[in-house]
Amino acid sequence: MNPRRLRSLAVRARIVVVVLLGVLVAVLFRAQVLLSSEWLLQSRSNRLRPLTVPAPRGIIRDRAGRVLADNVPGYSVSVVPGRPDSMISTLRRLREHLGIDDRRFEELSARARSGPPRPLLVSVDAPFDAVAALEERRSIFPRLLIESRPKRRYPAGEVGAHVTGYVGQINETELEAREDEGAEPGWTVGRSGVEAQYESVLQGKSGTRYVEVNAEGRIVGSFAGVPSVTEQPGTDIDLNLDLELMEWIHRVFPDSLNGSVVALDVETGGVLALYSAPSFDPNVFAGVVDRAAWGRLVEDPDSPLFHRAVMGKYPPGSPWKLATAAIALELGVVTPARRMPVSCRGSYVFGSRTYHCWKEEGHGSLALAGAIQHSCNVYFYQLGAQIGLRRLLEVGNRMGFGARCGIDLPEEAGGNFPEGAGYWKRRFGYDPREGEAVVLAIGQGPNDQTPLKMAQFLLAVARDGSAPAPSLRRSAAGANEEGWSLDIPKEHLEHIREGMRRVTRQGGTAYRSSLEHFDLLGKTGTAQSGGDRPNHAWFTGMAGPYGAPPEIVVVALVEFGGSGSGVAAPLVAKTADFYLRGRHGIPRDTIQTLGEYELAGRSTAWDRRPDR
Amino acid sequence: MIGTLFAPLWRQPVVATALALSVFGVGMIYSAGVLEVPSPVTQDLWFRQALFLGASVAGLLVVCRIPLRWYQWAALPSYVAGVGVLAVTLVAGTGTGTAEGISSFLSVGGFRFQPAEAAKIATALALAALLAQREDPPTYLRDLLAPAALVALPLALVLLQPDLGTALAFVGIFFAVIFWAGAPWPLILFAASPALGLVLAFSRTVWAIYFVLLATGLFLYRFRLYLVESVAVILGNVAVGAVAQPLWNSLAQYQRNRLLVFLDPELDPRNAGWQLIQSKVAVGSGGLFGKGFTLGTQKRLAFLPEQHTDFIFSVVGEEFGFVGTSAVLILFGYLFFRMIGMAEAARHSFAGLFIFGILGVWFTHVFINAGMTVGVVPITGIPLPFISYGGSFLLMSWIAAGAVVALAGDNS
Repeated sequence: MNPRRLRSLAVRARIVVVVLLGVLVAVLFRAQVLLSSEWLLQSRSNRLRPLTVPAPRGIIRDRAGRVLADNVPGYSVSVVPGRPDSMISTLRRLREHLGIDDRRFEELSARARSGPPRPLLVSVDAPFDAVAALEERRSIFPRLLIESRPKRRYPAGEVGAHVTGYVGQINETELEAREDEGAEPGWTVGRSGVEAQYESVLQGKSGTRYVEVNAEGRIVGSFAGVPSVTEQPGTDIDLNLDLELMEWIHRVFPDSLNGSVVALDVETGGVLALYSAPSFDPNVFAGVVDRAAWGRLVEDPDSPLFHRAVMGKYPPGSPWKLATAAIALELGVVTPARRMPVSCRGSYVFGSRTYHCWKEEGHGSLALAGAIQHSCNVYFYQLGAQIGLRRLLEVGNRMGFGARCGIDLPEEAGGNFPEGAGYWKRRFGYDPREGEAVVLAIGQGPNDQTPLKMAQFLLAVARDGSAPAPSLRRSAAGANEEGWSLDIPKEHLEHIREGMRRVTRQGGTAYRSSLEHFDLLGKTGTAQSGGDRPNHAWFTGMAGPYGAPPEIVVVALVEFGGSGSGVAAPLVAKTADFYLRGRHGIPRDTIQTLGEYELAGRSTAWDRRPDR
Repeated sequence: MIGTLFAPLWRQPVVATALALSVFGVGMIYSAGVLEVPSPVTQDLWFRQALFLGASVAGLLVVCRIPLRWYQWAALPSYVAGVGVLAVTLVAGTGTGTAEGISSFLSVGGFRFQPAEAAKIATALALAALLAQREDPPTYLRDLLAPAALVALPLALVLLQPDLGTALAFVGIFFAVIFWAGAPWPLILFAASPALGLVLAFSRTVWAIYFVLLATGLFLYRFRLYLVESVAVILGNVAVGAVAQPLWNSLAQYQRNRLLVFLDPELDPRNAGWQLIQSKVAVGSGGLFGKGFTLGTQKRLAFLPEQHTDFIFSVVGEEFGFVGTSAVLILFGYLFFRMIGMAEAARHSFAGLFIFGILGVWFTHVFINAGMTVGVVPITGIPLPFISYGGSFLLMSWIAAGAVVALAGDNS
């Protein structure tokens, strides 16, 4: 070839070289000079892994600062994100140490493959020896992240279980719903009780710290270049509850029987005790839930997880006569001194039916206080008839017998109470007869109430007719807004209380439950449970120093406990006495009621004191 | 005496440039071994590379003194031997390191080497010998049939390994040599058209436009081609257009992903896109001046894959920044310019053609290797000449440089 032709080929070859290498230089210039800051940022985020520092949940305390729920250090094991296959191989090697079953392994593998690039939580509560074993084998588990993570503890155990409730690990649905709050896998969330009610208060804000990792996810060191965010512990919650009182109730509650005790502070409506038997140990739920333990709790025929004080609905029986009395006084249907047209001869005929009193020989003619003392059915039949069904339901509903009290617990159930005359048509297919009011007046018929609701009603009787919503949290605002009040003259309320006072006096059904230092007022109840089993035993009472207004309202219900006076009344008396002795600086004693004094052979001279 | 022996190292700009790149390469391989969690595998590779560099320099000093006639004689036998060894490799070859699945290495007496590297030089020799026999430049497609067949044989054997990157180097040899042989550019384009058509077939519209342009080109060029050749080009393009879709469907998902992530690395950021994303991050975060020798975080923390072989250019980019990458490319540009000049000045057309063959190999390697680190070309396992770690590759590059010097300097 001639040199000129070679010359032109060489020029063209040089042009090709310059153009193509020029393209590379241009692209490099764009990446390294023009866009460098972006890539720099990415190289930093590449090697920095944000790690979540879980915030401890707020502590739950009782009124004296005694701890119902706090936190202890636990260990969580996670796998640092990276290539899915190496994450899965780490998971496989972890199996034997942490006892991961096949289903859980598949679940975790799927998340490793398609999940977001954040640490994959394998265990929130690894046993200490497993953690120690893993730490020793650190070199063969490069991707492993072992962190200290607060774990819930309930020092009060089963005594406070129903009030505090328990916690669990956040699930997928909640994770999505609470994304805005920064919810992350492994979060501990309240599942029931105060834990659930005040979840957003107790839940703190997770912090973040950065560590430098290599491509295999091995943590090379911590990184100070990006400021870490300190975790914010959840807010503590102080309850009105008296843990000592709860423990006392737990001690004196009849063994092997189920039921509930509710104690309210008359002044504030604060919940002093909210006890449900049988109970369970909430610590079972604190870490990784043992499926077997959970199964035992759920399948237990006595339903220990069931919070009887706020969820259990029982026919109120005689104690509801107090409600009938209150409704009648509010409406002005009766005055305390008035007697009923028909005196008690053991039965009462209304319409075409005969209604019986519990006492066959009859009570004779009684005024309000006497009728309460003797729980005379015939008196209250007539009172119901005079009030009339429409008004009975109207005021009964205003007092919230068909609704929840509004206590700060998510599981509270409302009572069953007809909302109006339409109830019978809907439920039974007929229009109610006036006789329905007669039945309702003595606490029978379509009426079921929770122990808490009965306690709230009693609060109104102990106060001035107003009943705030019972509150667990001490600072719970607006407790009164959810309540209701009756417009009854004070002296009329005193007649109801006088009737209740006579119940614990000589001749009263709960005489043997009267107390040396405190004036116990109450109403026994024996509600039919249906079937051949013993009746449910009620006692709704209040107590305070002699000659002073009541300071505490206590309601006890013992399922299939038999008679109210035999089982429930001593329980209420002992609960009130324990609390009031503490409050008034009187040394506590296990011998509290008149019956116990007699059994112990102690002097009962106080029973004849003039101030009683 | 000693001075004369080593004279080519500083007298010859091509050799001096190769030496500069190689020494820089040893330094980069050292840096590639400096990791946050040291790996016993990569830590001492720089020392082995330095030893290989010594052997390579010795090889060059021998090869550059061999007269041109010997190369001409050796062209055919070495080609036959090269193809033979490639065939043996297919049967007895082994993979290595991360390229475990590719049987491109052959072990002889404990020494492992890649026959394809030697085959490149042999093919360049044979192709140069073949085209040097011609009096006139190739003007018809049929003139390219024999050269194409000559290259296609080793190329096919390498593809079967399967090693796409090395195969592309053979393509580079072919086009560089027929270019220097004087083939007119439309002819080169027509020869390349089926490959282009295969790539463009991913979109029917793009392929249709391309096909219309190709047909127009053939029509305008009709007086300088045989009709049968035009028809062959058309049929060839139609054929690849037709097989493109079935071929694509026959690929495994991971193979498709490798090609797709070139268009969008975020498509599969944890697997196929990983290398590209991490390499881009490394190069981009290097900025103008880089993070400093051995201080690249992407590399230190092992985000950068194959940091001492295929992705060594990313280490250069991360640690020396734009200044480093452009300096390396400028050095290569200078090397290529000198080679073009040597080819132009060569007395024998065989010499010029061979130099272009080697130029084709190196240019392909540089463009693809540097290009893939920033996503200009898809990722194919292909090392950067003189800089990437690899004994036989370094040795063969230096032997090739020696042959270039020998042929350019023999004016007898």
